[in-house]
Amino acid sequence: MSSGLTPSQTIGPFYWGTLVNSCRADLAPPGVAGERIELVLSLHDAEGALVSDGLIEIWQANSHGRYNHPDDRRNLPLDPGFEGFGRASTDAKGEARFATVRPGRVPWPDGGMQAAHVNLSIFARGVLNRLATRLYFDGDPALGEDPVLKRVDSKRRASLIARRDPAGAWRLPVHLGGARETVFFDL
Amino acid sequence: MNQDTYRRPATGQHPPNLSPDYKSTPLRSPSQAAIVLPQTLSEITGPLLAGESIGALENDLTRQRSGEPLGERIVVHGRVLDEDGRPVPQAVVEIWQCNAAGRYHHSGDQHDAPLDPNFFGGGRYRAGDDGSYQFITIKPGAYPWKNHHNAWRPAHIHFSLFGPAFATRLITQMYFPNDPLLAFDPIYKSVPPGARERLQAAFDIEATRPEWALAYRFDIVLRGRNATPMEN
Repeated sequence: MSSGLTPSQTIGPFYWGTLVNSCRADLAPPGVAGERIELVLSLHDAEGALVSDGLIEIWQANSHGRYNHPDDRRNLPLDPGFEGFGRASTDAKGEARFATVRPGRVPWPDGGMQAAHVNLSIFARGVLNRLATRLYFDGDPALGEDPVLKRVDSKRRASLIARRDPAGAWRLPVHLGGARETVFFDL
Repeated sequence: MNQDTYRRPATGQHPPNLSPDYKSTPLRSPSQAAIVLPQTLSEITGPLLAGESIGALENDLTRQRSGEPLGERIVVHGRVLDEDGRPVPQAVVEIWQCNAAGRYHHSGDQHDAPLDPNFFGGGRYRAGDDGSYQFITIKPGAYPWKNHHNAWRPAHIHFSLFGPAFATRLITQMYFPNDPLLAFDPIYKSVPPGARERLQAAFDIEATRPEWALAYRFDIVLRGRNATPMEN
């Protein structure tokens, strides 16, 4: 038996407040292991204009590289209190901020390891399907061997790599279109 | 060789990102094709919100304020399933909607229709082991939007689901059966015919509660698993 998938629709502009827990931006309460980091994701349309009515979700492994999920069966520590999920709306500056820990590396199915990354879901008015992308960390020596980045044209890889700002936060602009269009993934 | 854990949707199941009749899409849709990724641990895991405490009344949108909201009380229920008809147990279902007059409890909604102090419009529920969920709410109104001349959104309820993995994340909208506005709505019609009809709930006389509320059934189908799950 096979049932048809329920089709996707836009989140629209009016989720804020009524989508319960539309802000869950601090992922790592005290006691969670790992390097504390701040992520600042800005959302832009194809002409570069800020998108201030978007919703960004993140999903990541903990600092040991373990996902808090039953299908990650590896014998690595889980952190009580760290699920790895965050959700934040973009503000008037088009930015969504998360306080979390730097994720550890996770394996690639055919062997080897992926570089440390955070999985991103982008939703907004005018976005009919969840747009999935990733955030990698500038300066990570593992970037050159990451199997996902190897699948991306070298000219577009920078769209996936967050850079540190002077205050120490990791910043990644996400462009929904235009000359700097972000690389999105079909999962 | 890696085998995907979750089946990839056939074409025609979801709307194209660029749907020009919906005028917000041209500047907000990627022009380059998404790069196909094998499903790794990053894609086959995802938030289950297992630690999230969901209150017993969070699925009753008519009892979140001091008084009863105005409008037609309805029951919206169904099951969260995968493509093979298997339940997605304990799935968190989130909904949000406008009130009976067609106005959202949101500062950005400037439609000239009354706010209802007794209606907030957001709810959530954790499905049972059989994937079943239920909400009590008020039938949302239609409202105008500025997409084109005389544009009106058909009455709808927004649904958000995580499912078992990052790969199964879905946000969608539920519509009411045979709404005449569906024929004019570019968001509903962004989904190809043959699939868009799945976004219409079914009127459900069996679940309708005598002397109290009409019921609508809306089953949600998320991506199914391949026959042989990937082992890590």
